[in-house]
Amino acid sequence: MEHLNNKQKILITAALIIGLFILLLVLEQFLPSSSMLFVVLKKGAIYALVVVSMNLLNGFTGLFSLGQAGFMLIGAYTYAIFTIPVEARPMVYQYFNGGIVKFTLPVIPAIILAGIVTAIFAYLIGLPVLRLKSDYLAIATLGFAEIIRAFFQWDKLGPITNGSNLLKLYPVFHSVIFPFTVAGICIAIIVLLINSSYGRAFKAIRDDEIAAEAMGINLAHHKQISFTISSFFAGIGGALLAMFQTTVQASAFRATMTYEILLIVVIGGIGSVTGSCLASFLFIACSEWWLRFLDNTTYIGSFKVPLLATGFRKVFFAVVIMIIVLFYNRGIMGTNEFSLDALIEFFRKRFSKRRKEDSAT
Amino acid sequence: MAFIEKNLPYILAGISVGGQYALIAIGYTMVYGILRLINFAHGDLFMAAGFMMVYLSATLPLYIAIPLVIILTVILGFLIERVAYKPLRKAPRMSVMISAIGVSYFIQNSAWYITSGLAKQYPTIPVISNSINVWGSTTTVVTVITPILTIILVAALVALIRYTKIGMAMRAVSRDFETSQLMGIRINTVISYTFVIGSFLAAVGSLLYFTNYTTVTPTAGSMPGLKAFVAAVFGGIGSIPGAVLGAFIIGICENIIKGLGWTTFYDAFTFALLIIILIAKPSGLFGEKSTDKV
Repeated sequence: MEHLNNKQKILITAALIIGLFILLLVLEQFLPSSSMLFVVLKKGAIYALVVVSMNLLNGFTGLFSLGQAGFMLIGAYTYAIFTIPVEARPMVYQYFNGGIVKFTLPVIPAIILAGIVTAIFAYLIGLPVLRLKSDYLAIATLGFAEIIRAFFQWDKLGPITNGSNLLKLYPVFHSVIFPFTVAGICIAIIVLLINSSYGRAFKAIRDDEIAAEAMGINLAHHKQISFTISSFFAGIGGALLAMFQTTVQASAFRATMTYEILLIVVIGGIGSVTGSCLASFLFIACSEWWLRFLDNTTYIGSFKVPLLATGFRKVFFAVVIMIIVLFYNRGIMGTNEFSLDALIEFFRKRFSKRRKEDSAT
Repeated sequence: MAFIEKNLPYILAGISVGGQYALIAIGYTMVYGILRLINFAHGDLFMAAGFMMVYLSATLPLYIAIPLVIILTVILGFLIERVAYKPLRKAPRMSVMISAIGVSYFIQNSAWYITSGLAKQYPTIPVISNSINVWGSTTTVVTVITPILTIILVAALVALIRYTKIGMAMRAVSRDFETSQLMGIRINTVISYTFVIGSFLAAVGSLLYFTNYTTVTPTAGSMPGLKAFVAAVFGGIGSIPGAVLGAFIIGICENIIKGLGWTTFYDAFTFALLIIILIAKPSGLFGEKSTDKV
């Protein structure tokens, strides 16, 4: 039983990533850009980033935070506010005399700024909140998310945030390559972080806080790092989501969004990055594409298929999620990661089994 | 005095909303006291009771519809506990909370499916929907009845907990889960009773709340639910008088903030209060001292 050495692994991984991007490029050339596939891929990549960032907090550090929608909101707004072209501002901020921000940032710096602003907010929120434990932390972060939403809708901040009106006309992406690149880089950074000594400290905190403290890990410091970094990437995810939707409104970032992200984390497996990515694409594909038919009243001949009507898709989802939570609480991947070794092992077993069966017959 | 005169309508509305929050908050505080679980689905149960009333009163007379709504809500609350929480009794607390969020997601989506997402007009219940004049400001009878009804129900509940056998079992279980099991208390029965009482009060609360607000939407339960939870934390989780007092304070403050013209912030205020409480005095106004919160 030989394993792949590191060099081979890196080569194969790189080849797979390049292959994926070439595949995406080819698909974009041949399929019409209105194809549902691209919607799923774009939104899936964005959700993957947000879900992984939540998993870093809930699955790897054991901090049950429900503030993700609030942090995405900050990211989305920061991006939108700083990238609306100067000439479009009077139209967007029509009730606030064109707003007070009179300059425009390029796209990439604006996305990074979105992450940084979110991280700063998260740091400040983390100072008091991270002293709380489990469900109290959950409810406090949920509360902060609501407060953030109220602030962004406040009339007095209108010159910056446009009050409760839409933000629009900022640069967006058209190619599916863009969200894949940004989300890919961010997820890669998170994976590197998880495999570093910080990541091991996070896992130690998750498994047993007292033991971790006894081993010399500074709890407050590490929780704060995890919370801030997770929010940084949630902010970037928010900025990407803003680009995907082409308009932003604070009222969309409700607690329901956080619940949905949390449930994707659970489906993928709490504590598995690849599980989160897989679950995001699966969830988005099902909800936006494959299960759309559940929402349409359908006739087979003259027979009306029962139950199918607007909203049935979501009920179906909710049932699936409850089944996963109750009976299969490890999700798709549990705490395992997808790895080449495991894949090769899996196929080898399959083949050797078949070979044995062949020789037996 | 001038302040009170000017703000009387808001204060009255606040007392009324506070009473309705109090009825929901008791469900949270009792469940948390026993299971250490934030029952995220409780607010949605409250919303479901609202929809039941809308649909049942369309075909049945009110004197049958109202008791039926209360009974169905109680059954729903009981079923939620049996299906979603009981199998996870030995699981980590986080799993149970995720299950609660899952149930909340399920109820909201089902409500959305059944109603196609449209807001429904809540039926007018005669007598309590009538207008009444209180110290020179006009309001509905429900505003006046709510605090009285709340106080009566709470008094009955406190008596139940203090003087009956099941009440004693509840107190024992919330003090120490394992030991009370060793003493021969049937944990599952006690927990079911807790959910039944909580659901009953939520159903009554929903009758009063929606008579006031007149429309029911699939997400109508989440905000009052969260606020009632904050009230429970404010009063000291596990303490029923604390939850009631907390709910009244939140209801009144919220409406005064609305009256001052800060409508955007009236949801945020509740959460700001929660965060201040959690940091300054995590055991709440009447909560027992415990060390596992902070």
